Amino acid sequence: MLHTINKSPFEKNSLDTCLRLAKPGSEILLLEDGVYAAVKGTAVEQQVMQALSDYTVYALGPDLKARGIEEKRLIDGIEVVGYDGFVDLAANSERVQSWL
Amino acid sequence: MGNGAKKFMYVNRRAPYGTIYALEGLEVVLIGAAFDQDVCMAFVDDGVYQLQKGQDTAESNMKNFSPTYRALGDYEVTKLYVEKESLEQRGMSEDDLMELTYEDEDDDYQEKPSIRIVNRGELTDLMEQQDVILNY
Repeated sequence: MLHTINKSPFEKNSLDTCLRLAKPGSEILLLEDGVYAAVKGTAVEQQVMQALSDYTVYALGPDLKARGIEEKRLIDGIEVVGYDGFVDLAANSERVQSWL
Repeated sequence: MGNGAKKFMYVNRRAPYGTIYALEGLEVVLIGAAFDQDVCMAFVDDGVYQLQKGQDTAESNMKNFSPTYRALGDYEVTKLYVEKESLEQRGMSEDDLMELTYEDEDDDYQEKPSIRIVNRGELTDLMEQQDVILNY
């Protein structure tokens, strides 16, 4: 299952709850304000690094760019995808759960 | 319910009155149920507050939509999963929730509880069994 998170982890608990309930092996895509969770050195870095051992974590490139986040600032192991990659992830998943 | 029915889960994570999510989500559930699908609901995080018993909006001049949850059984929405951890985190237990029931047509129309307390692992498994999951 593909899980998407579009809220900042500092504003909403969407990331927490997604990580609590998503089945290991799932894909997680950070997009819109959700991409702030992908950055190194934040209060949620440990949580995201932990998540990388259970899930494949992606961040949406155009949303990173819009927010001035360079790829070198991302936590190692997070894959950057474009809109085409987003479509592939969704198309290859049986279900998509959008955590709002 | 036809064999072509899809399994829908509506995940509710917001408290009832501060935003419109809970009310709108409930309306969507009732609309969706009219299309003869296999619908269930999950209440997680502040979503558990939606089921708090004794809601009274008389003095706040808002619509108290909590009685609408009682109608869910008549729309064959009979599975309301409430995450145990979310209740506990808020100092709540099943006793704090409205008593919601449905009549089981496969069991001589006996009244049965709709609310089922599940732990996070059980909820994860339930989510994996769905065809469509919508979050509010």
